[in-house]
Amino acid sequence: MQPGTLSTFLKRGAIWGFIVLELIFFSIAGEFMSLSDNAFMDLDNMLLLLKQSAPIGIIAMGMTIVMINGNIDLSVGAIYAISAIILLDSMTWPIFGALGDGAIPIAWLLALAVGTALGALNGLIVWKTGVDAFIVTLGAMLGYRGLVFMYNGEQPTSHLNWTLVDFAEAQFLGLHTATWFLLLVTAAIWFLMNKTVHGRNAYAIGDNREAAVNAGIRVGPHMMINFMIIGFLAALSAVVFYSESGSVNPNDGELYELWVITAVVLGGTKLTGGAGSIISTFGGVLAIQLLRKGLSHIGADTETVNLVIGLILIAVLFLDRQLNIKGKEELKV
Amino acid sequence: MTDQQPALRLEGIVKTFPGVRALDNVSFAVMPGEVHALMGENGAGKSTSMKVLGGIYQPDEGTIYVGEKPTVMHSPLDAKAKGIVFIHQELSLAEELSVAENIYLGELPKKRFGLVDWDTLYARTDKILEKLKVSFNAKTRVGDLSIANQQMVEIARALTVDAKAVFFDEPTASLTDAEKVVLFEVIADLQKQGVGIVYISHRMEEIFKITDRISVLRDGQYRGTLNTRETNEEEVTQLMIGRKLDLSRSALTHEVGDVALEVRGLSCGDLYRDVDFEVRRGEVLGFYGLVGAGRTEIAETLFGLRDPSAGKILMDGQEVRIHSPADAIARGISLVPEDRKGQGLVLGMNCRDNMTLPQVDDLKAGPFVAEGAEVSIFDQYRDKLDIRTPGWKQTVGNLSGGNQQKIVIGKWLSMHPSVLIVDEPTRGIDVGSKSEIHNLLRELASQGYAVIVISSEMPEVLHVADRIVAMFNGRVMRTFTSEEVTEDNLIQAISGLSGDGQAA
Repeated sequence: MQPGTLSTFLKRGAIWGFIVLELIFFSIAGEFMSLSDNAFMDLDNMLLLLKQSAPIGIIAMGMTIVMINGNIDLSVGAIYAISAIILLDSMTWPIFGALGDGAIPIAWLLALAVGTALGALNGLIVWKTGVDAFIVTLGAMLGYRGLVFMYNGEQPTSHLNWTLVDFAEAQFLGLHTATWFLLLVTAAIWFLMNKTVHGRNAYAIGDNREAAVNAGIRVGPHMMINFMIIGFLAALSAVVFYSESGSVNPNDGELYELWVITAVVLGGTKLTGGAGSIISTFGGVLAIQLLRKGLSHIGADTETVNLVIGLILIAVLFLDRQLNIKGKEELKV
Repeated sequence: MTDQQPALRLEGIVKTFPGVRALDNVSFAVMPGEVHALMGENGAGKSTSMKVLGGIYQPDEGTIYVGEKPTVMHSPLDAKAKGIVFIHQELSLAEELSVAENIYLGELPKKRFGLVDWDTLYARTDKILEKLKVSFNAKTRVGDLSIANQQMVEIARALTVDAKAVFFDEPTASLTDAEKVVLFEVIADLQKQGVGIVYISHRMEEIFKITDRISVLRDGQYRGTLNTRETNEEEVTQLMIGRKLDLSRSALTHEVGDVALEVRGLSCGDLYRDVDFEVRRGEVLGFYGLVGAGRTEIAETLFGLRDPSAGKILMDGQEVRIHSPADAIARGISLVPEDRKGQGLVLGMNCRDNMTLPQVDDLKAGPFVAEGAEVSIFDQYRDKLDIRTPGWKQTVGNLSGGNQQKIVIGKWLSMHPSVLIVDEPTRGIDVGSKSEIHNLLRELASQGYAVIVISSEMPEVLHVADRIVAMFNGRVMRTFTSEEVTEDNLIQAISGLSGDGQAA
């Protein structure tokens, strides 16, 4: 074994090891503490877990590429809410009324187009003004959320279309519709980042922007494309979830940006850009969902769940730091 | 030397890391009041020695003596308290704080309730600054100071303790010649006060100008100490690399082709004015001058990183406009930048991806990166440039400076440029790899590339360039052919003293 292989393996595989630990812990603890008769690792429970991972997971794929690129997007929760409103409300608009179920694809396209456009706006501002993405999307988070409240005040926006619900609740090869979307998005983004020029350049820009510019890479368009992708994915996440639920509150999607970033960081993507893996983000998404589900399985309430996830996030990053320091001549700070 | 006690002495220091014997029985002594050069190639053990002395590493064997006393350095703070101080190449200052706060960082004098005793702080700082004869005062914000003055703050910090030995690690790396003179005065002052100075540098001129003795390390072993007055560059170099180094003037051995790039009346604000030159295929054109003479800025203009305010650039006789590196690359101009790690390489990426970075878009098959084509390009240039790496998957950050530089050069050669601009080709590269890079540049010219080499090292330009453009203060003072140039007339030209020639 070459030197460094073990630590690389630990770093890459850490998130999966963590998932295995969670499964073992909750299976055993569930036997003693759970009120339910079903085992934690019951097949239906696991399938449900995948389905429930989808809303955060789909956005997390977008967040991974934005973060690899050296940026961040805090406005995804607000884009998610706006897209949900567009999806549900547009189906009730008189011009689409005559189309019946034909309004569904139009509503989907509208919602996705709005999400992509809002992402493009973020990207354009970051590109053209040079203002840090953190600030730009912080402003966008507040602004887009403002639009959500302007649309319908404090009232929820509702429209239930049974064809849509049936589609969203369908299972194909055992997996739910939402799960399929999550898997397809994961595969598509993996290809984008590992096999295409755009992906390669995004890594280079995130790692060393100046060197990328000196290699003739145009940084702005790449950043803008990534913001469009994450906007699109935030909308897709909303489309998948609200097709089933049929009702959106103006607060929906709040704190999503933080859950998404937590999953991405757990998966090992660097906040400073240049490094990160789509597959590990998928692991990070599953790990968080397992934790939420597992803790409630053994009877913990929501507040406890949040506390535990927060602690684990810090513990994991601390461990990661220790693994990274080892062997390097880093100064003790 | 007098027969007094050394200020600091290392005896039989051994330090091993898994798989590496970084220091193997290293011994040397610094006398009070002497300037002692510590030399060696990168990886020879200079940094490790410093870290052992600074309390960052503990030696496995051997003893450190401060004066007569065997001493253990427990931590950097402990080393400082014992009078061993380091002026590092990379400055570590808090730019938003004042000079006084920086000097006493972590040791601010306090009044009751933990409040800072500003009066004492400023009084003490002024006393130290007086010794250094600097132009700024205790309350100046460090971020407002020049690099040279920031370095003075670092030195002032060293003087807060009763220093026995002060280590200077490549202190002149970012200083102008005038600033160097001031630094050398400060060093001479310290010397008079009986402080032992350890001076670490790759620059032979400086070593021979200011040091009394030279100790050489190679492969973690102590190779001997020479009296500066009784030795010469050749002997020192031979001791450092274990063989002879060829630095003779290279003669033009091939035909020079037609003009590849021509610059007429090029100006860029105050940075440089009315610059004229041309470079032909098959020749190496050297640019020599002091830091700030405008050489790098000209390169940046040619590469599209700066827009000129006047003048024109012609390639093969046609005027071209270059607004971005992408434009420059498309026209066949490539730049190997001065700061390899900051501007030239994506350190976290592997060798192959770095090498194909500018052309990955041209290599694609459909929407996908053509990895096979990339590997064959990498293999081709690895063999051509003799890049030593276990394979293309190796992260570039793990390679030595010389091999990293070859990756950057290979990156551009694989694009078949017509003009290759190399800014400070051997900065931070050890002596052995230097001559390899020099030979490579000569060879590229003989293959028909037009090569521009910018350098601050006179032996380097004299060695590699066929013609030399001497710059002073943003102007071309004179262009020398290799027959005309001598060290004397070159120095005169770059100091603005040259009366002859075509001074603009």
